Amino acid sequence: MNFLEFMQQMVNGFSLGSMYALIAIGYTMVYGVLRLINFAHGDIMMVGAFLGYFGMAVLGLPFVAAVFLAVVGSSLLGMLTDKVAYKPLRDAPKISLLITAIGISFFLENIFNVLFGGTPRPFPVPEYMEHIINISGLIFSVASLMVPIVTLLLLTIILWVLYKTKYGMAIRALAFDVNTVNLMGIDANRIIMLVFGMGSGLAAVGGIFWAVNYPSVEPMMGVLIGLKAFAAAVVGGIGSVGGAVIGGFIIGFTEVVVVAFLPEYGGYKDAFAFVLLILVLLFKPTGILGINFDKSRF
Amino acid sequence: MNIVIRKDQWINLAIIASALWFIWFASTHFDEYTVRILNNIAIFTILAVSYNLINGVTGQFSLEPNGFVAIGAYVTALLLLDADAKDYQFDIESPYPWVLGLQANFVWALFFAGTFSSLLALTLSFPVFRVRGDYLAIVTLGFGFIIRILAINNPEITNGSLGLNDIPEFSNLYWTGGIAILAVWGILNIVNSKYGRAMKAVRDDEDAAIAMGVNTFKIKTFAFCTSAFLEGVGGGLLAALLTSISPDLFTFFFTFQLLIIIVLGGLGSTTGAVIGTVLVIGGAEWMRFLDEPMNFGLFVTPAMPGMRMVVFSLILIFVMLFAREGIMGKRELKDLFKKGKK
Repeated sequence: MNFLEFMQQMVNGFSLGSMYALIAIGYTMVYGVLRLINFAHGDIMMVGAFLGYFGMAVLGLPFVAAVFLAVVGSSLLGMLTDKVAYKPLRDAPKISLLITAIGISFFLENIFNVLFGGTPRPFPVPEYMEHIINISGLIFSVASLMVPIVTLLLLTIILWVLYKTKYGMAIRALAFDVNTVNLMGIDANRIIMLVFGMGSGLAAVGGIFWAVNYPSVEPMMGVLIGLKAFAAAVVGGIGSVGGAVIGGFIIGFTEVVVVAFLPEYGGYKDAFAFVLLILVLLFKPTGILGINFDKSRF
Repeated sequence: MNIVIRKDQWINLAIIASALWFIWFASTHFDEYTVRILNNIAIFTILAVSYNLINGVTGQFSLEPNGFVAIGAYVTALLLLDADAKDYQFDIESPYPWVLGLQANFVWALFFAGTFSSLLALTLSFPVFRVRGDYLAIVTLGFGFIIRILAINNPEITNGSLGLNDIPEFSNLYWTGGIAILAVWGILNIVNSKYGRAMKAVRDDEDAAIAMGVNTFKIKTFAFCTSAFLEGVGGGLLAALLTSISPDLFTFFFTFQLLIIIVLGGLGSTTGAVIGTVLVIGGAEWMRFLDEPMNFGLFVTPAMPGMRMVVFSLILIFVMLFAREGIMGKRELKDLFKKGKK
């Protein structure tokens, strides 16, 4: 294995890791404010990818407009699921919330399956994204370069919102103590909705990037990606946005490296995230950033 | 020594006796299709009451059944098929010699299926129950996927995606129904024992349970392993009923069906799980029309495979939002006869 090959795999890992990171942020933020594993998050990503597909293939929108449509649509869907399905259960036992989340997840998968069929649809990748750049033998497409850059940009925005705005302060306070937040005159439900909107919007971007890289969309695509992104959130330290990004990159790189250098284990590619998840739970349940659940998050 | 049988024990004996009579009557009088549905109901009863033990009684949200049922089914199938049959049907890779050597009769096969599932559950318990939080759900969900990946990628043991065929059809209503009765009886005994009370304590208030000296790790592990044992046995019965199994049989839909069963019946109620099974498995047969083309007189809708699953998920969401207690709540059959008490 030479240096060039290694660098090539690093580029791929960076791209894959960025996508996991974008989706993991949604898991981690919702977990922070509601202590809920939002099983539907992966499927909201799927809806985002489908919206992007419809925007381009059916409405004929340019790529950026289709992404905008997908982000807005997914954010609204995320907020709607909170309003309809999670908000009435705020005081219910935790298990009711989890079961409802599974129900929403299964509903989204199957309604898309019934409406649009289970066969993967080719995603209309814009031509300039498939353009190949060759830097002294290092070959990558514009898309695989764009994914990490956009991810870093979005991450900066998210961190700015979390740490520099009043809403961000409210989100962090909510993760810290719900009752005090209510006493301070902050509408907790509005903040939770905001978190769902932000997380779902990021997931939509992640979903579209996924659809660009593996150019197809299908109703069940969110299941496995969502699970791995959740594993990424736990590996990085659930509740922490930075941790979700680190976890996403770790899982992305692991997958790429294993497939590239141990091809005989390629069939187990999808299992590595869980092995990592179990190891983290065994040896460091708080994840890499080591966030203590009884103390502050984010 | 004189044995005194209390009134409620008489009632239990009467219920068991009538169930046994029904099994005999059904297998001698009913047609094949009905018997098949009854077999399904019996197997799903075993799975539902055991799933309810970890989810409803202990309150630990888990999504494990499809994984353990798959394990049980594969173990049983490999033990029941003889060496020639295995050699004949392994098309992708020739089986390992030790796979050819696996052989047991039906009872032992079911026992090994349960034990193996249970041991795997024990291994999973260490990472997930040492930490608090809902990691069990995500780990068990991933576990189901891993089992599928393993089954597809190890054709020397499982014949890959082709699955195992021509499994001897040992399961009949006596086996499935008999084991279902045993499972319900066993689970009810656990729920009413001191272990069962500890499980409910963990569900209702984990801190209080710890303060009262309950070893929550042990109790959760016990509930999880018991569930896994019965799910392995149920998987074995299923394999010997269907006579052919493949990795695609044990998708998440399997778990989802069981989740609806125990939610509809009432999380935490074993009787509810039995009622839920009859409703959902019977109802799923009846709802087959949803997947087919429908004629509304004015217009005809095309065939929509998967419509049933949409309806299933809507039922689950609606029950959770508007009737969280399900049919039985946390009560059992006998509680219905106690008036004025809750």
